[in-house]
Amino acid sequence: MTTYREAVRQGMREALEGDPRVFLMGEDVGRYGGAFAVSMGLLDEFGPERIRDTPLSESAFVGAGIGAAIAGLRPIVEVMTINFSMLALDQVVNNAAALRYMSGGQLSVPLVVRMATGGGRQLAAQHAHSLEVWYAHVPGIKAVAPATVADARSMVLAALAEPDPVFVFEHATLYPIEGELEDGDLPLGRAAVRRAGTAVTLVTYGGSLWKTLAAAEELAGDGVDAEVVDLRSLRPLDMETVLESVAKTHRVVIVDEGWCTGSLAAEIGMQVSEEGFDLLDWPPQRVCSVEVPMPYAKHLEDAALPSAERIVATVREMAA
Amino acid sequence: MAEFVMPALGADMSAGTLVEWRKRPGDPIARGEIIADVHTDKADIEVEVFTSGIVDRLLVEPGQKVPVGTPLAIIREDGGAPAPAPEKRGPREEAARILASPSAKSLADELGVDLAAIHGSGPKGRIQRRDVEAAARGAAPPAPSPAPPPAAAEPGDAQAAMRQAIAAAMARSKREIPHFYLSESIDLSAAMAWLGHENLTRSVQDRLLPGVLMLKAVALALREVPELNATWQGGSLVRSDSIHVGVATFLRGGGLVAPALHDADRQSLDELMGAFRDLVSRARAGRLRSSEMSDPTSTVTSLGERGSESVLPIIFPPQVAIVGFGRVVERPWVSDGQVLVCPVVTATLAADHRVTDGHRAAALLTAVNRLLQEPEGL
Amino acid sequence: MTVPHAAAAQGVTRERALGLLREMLRIRRFEEKAAELYSLGHIRGFLHLYIGEEAVAVGAMQALGEQDRIVATYRDHGHALARGLPPGELMAEMFGKATGCSRGRGGSMHFFDVSRRFYGGYAIVGGGLPIAVGLALADALEKRPVVTACFFGDGAVVEGEFHESMNLAALWRLPVLFLYENNLYAMGTAIERSQAQLDMELRARGYGVPAEVVDGMDVLAVAAATRRGVDAVRQGGGPHLIEFKTYRFRAHSMADPDLYRTKDEVEQWRERDPIDLFVRAQGIDEASLAAVEEAVADELEQAVAFAEAGDWEPVGDLEQDVYTTGPAP
Repeated sequence: MTTYREAVRQGMREALEGDPRVFLMGEDVGRYGGAFAVSMGLLDEFGPERIRDTPLSESAFVGAGIGAAIAGLRPIVEVMTINFSMLALDQVVNNAAALRYMSGGQLSVPLVVRMATGGGRQLAAQHAHSLEVWYAHVPGIKAVAPATVADARSMVLAALAEPDPVFVFEHATLYPIEGELEDGDLPLGRAAVRRAGTAVTLVTYGGSLWKTLAAAEELAGDGVDAEVVDLRSLRPLDMETVLESVAKTHRVVIVDEGWCTGSLAAEIGMQVSEEGFDLLDWPPQRVCSVEVPMPYAKHLEDAALPSAERIVATVREMAA
Repeated sequence: MAEFVMPALGADMSAGTLVEWRKRPGDPIARGEIIADVHTDKADIEVEVFTSGIVDRLLVEPGQKVPVGTPLAIIREDGGAPAPAPEKRGPREEAARILASPSAKSLADELGVDLAAIHGSGPKGRIQRRDVEAAARGAAPPAPSPAPPPAAAEPGDAQAAMRQAIAAAMARSKREIPHFYLSESIDLSAAMAWLGHENLTRSVQDRLLPGVLMLKAVALALREVPELNATWQGGSLVRSDSIHVGVATFLRGGGLVAPALHDADRQSLDELMGAFRDLVSRARAGRLRSSEMSDPTSTVTSLGERGSESVLPIIFPPQVAIVGFGRVVERPWVSDGQVLVCPVVTATLAADHRVTDGHRAAALLTAVNRLLQEPEGL
Repeated sequence: MTVPHAAAAQGVTRERALGLLREMLRIRRFEEKAAELYSLGHIRGFLHLYIGEEAVAVGAMQALGEQDRIVATYRDHGHALARGLPPGELMAEMFGKATGCSRGRGGSMHFFDVSRRFYGGYAIVGGGLPIAVGLALADALEKRPVVTACFFGDGAVVEGEFHESMNLAALWRLPVLFLYENNLYAMGTAIERSQAQLDMELRARGYGVPAEVVDGMDVLAVAAATRRGVDAVRQGGGPHLIEFKTYRFRAHSMADPDLYRTKDEVEQWRERDPIDLFVRAQGIDEASLAAVEEAVADELEQAVAFAEAGDWEPVGDLEQDVYTTGPAP
């Protein structure tokens, strides 16, 4: 058994071993071993040239990642949390995403940016949001969210194989989970059906996958057989898999830790309505975070985040 | 200004197709006049208005199928000014929508199920796949409403639709109405003798049928047990001041309708006979009037000469009672200690236990029996 | 108006002098033409003219080799022309033609020519600085003797990205040459109204970055200073910074009524027109000047013709190059 954090590390290790152009940089990725201990030990293995601690200059080191990628390297940039990544959003949106297009196809930016996302650890309103949709909104970049141990490793490698910038969102509550690694290449951009069912499609990603699977088990006790689709890729969205599932179940609930308004859930619901209108037997439903900055107190944070209970209640209302 | 809306031509109708306008804008129209023909799954029905005035505007084109309650025309009541044109059609179109999930709609298309025939189990009555599936299986959908066929339906489709509508109505009746049954064998010696005598003076076309005597007897008996001359609406009993007896009429193509003989208790036997003949022929021609479909306050069914000895009928919702007459048969009958051979009919009352009990309901059959023993009083 | 260093007298060959003159005149006439075409509606969007600052781009490029990398700003016509991008492709770019240097995707502010290691005009003030740091990081990691020259203006100096980039480049001793074009105004805001510390040498020292301040109107001084900077960087000395004191003679953009500075001030600076200064200093005679003008005019005519003749990119290609097709480079 391997933990999720070890799996990410394993993916990076394989990449560092396999391609001399690959290097890791970010805040405290070296001596400290990573804020989430993801890169622990890599400094000793690969040295300070390739495992680079950066100053707290998100815009500069993300931009430097872009520059290095343009110049032929394969940087992995770790941003400590998604909330901090806002400081580099200029580089992401105005440069990483736009350079290829703006240069008339002359440039490619094969950059991988990893960051922790999400709540559930009582870190309040500056460390716990789920802002993946802001990245998924932008053409020119790709966004993925590994939810399993196997994907945590494979997605690092798959992201590095991409010619364009890929953002990898690692839900912070997933780092300690355990699972098995899987060999083989992962095609980026494909969703996975994590539980087959016929009564309702539960679409989710990242940290919400496990809550959703728990909800599906509880629903099974009611005789409601839910199918759980793990998006894995947030941009592009694998709507084919989602729609295939909805064609079977005719009902869809999207579980998304982002805020409801303008969320990925909203996008998926909209696309299901556009492409699968005739499949629907019930309006698409969303289980999202309550629209508040994340509170600190546990009971409040629990209430703000999607939960298995809320998923179950939403499905029961549809099945009643 | 008065709206003329798609009438509910029977409790089980949820939508109808406008077949033809009999009036044009500007035409004067009097209460009770026929304004249009409407096609339901049961029949083409002449629809009358309840407002006198001038037809101001027609809102629905022939061929359009709209739910009950949809405004079809605006009638400028006597003395009124022309109505301003409506600014938006939105709300009206909204009213015309059948609420069904997209998936249910495509499934209904696929299976040839008419959504108008289905009551949705979802929020606001939204039809879901399971409702369509149930309807397609022939299981009674949880429907208060039978389906009018599509406007351009083939005859076979219309029959299927009627069957479906009957299925829906009867299933609803059996599901919602706690029926109880009381039977009474009635000696018809006096009635048949009186009838034979009466008919001697009549031409063949004007002869009275035994069924009319029974019908009149029921109508008069309903005066004595008014809670059975009523409808069950929204959880309570609504008694009717008038007695409009529905007559279950079997159509040649299959299926049945039960249009009303209005004020049956107040008509003479001859009037009733004429009305009955007219009603049956129009029912079979598909030319019933709207009020005839929606007005019955109780119903009589008879299988006539080719029927069985007894009929245990099912109540037409929202009515609360129905009386079924079997075939008139000769039976040994004990009268004054003697065994005689008498013409006998079995009358069976099906009544709604929510509104009455056996003790009260029995009074109806007792009264029918009593009335039939004195036919000259009918 | 203060002029920090008078240009050191340098001997240049007549051929080189005429070459420098031609490069500066090319920029001047190109931009004058662009302004005209803008007013006629052939060029749209934003058009920021470099007129007055020609000596900076031309001088600096003299010191940069083919393998070196350039990161420019949105006022990038001068940088691109001085770097050798064909004027026709630049004009076509501003026309929005598929034959433009960025296939009509970028316009005036976003000239790119990777074959000439011209990594683009960046129109988020300060946004190009981290990119330059990254380009230099790659060269450092790959141990290539390449210098990345990054132009930026006085507006960028007060952006966080400038400080982050200076710090990071210095911390990692990256081969970045920071080229500070101080034209005294960030759009309409004078540096006195936006910078608490006007002394760039002092600022740079704060990051341990050697800096030099040069008269940006003197093309030879610019070239010499840049040469010193490039050499120092290439020899592994980490980042260097050069401030060019310069001035744009035209308004910030075509839409700018130029209300924030006096006509006197503009006139005073015009007296130090880098082209006039150079012609006088080099003793270039009228006939030679006329010959250069004529050659530039011919080039420009061809450039406009090239732009006019170019095709529009088919709308069907609208979504092309959002992502890279095919394998990673």
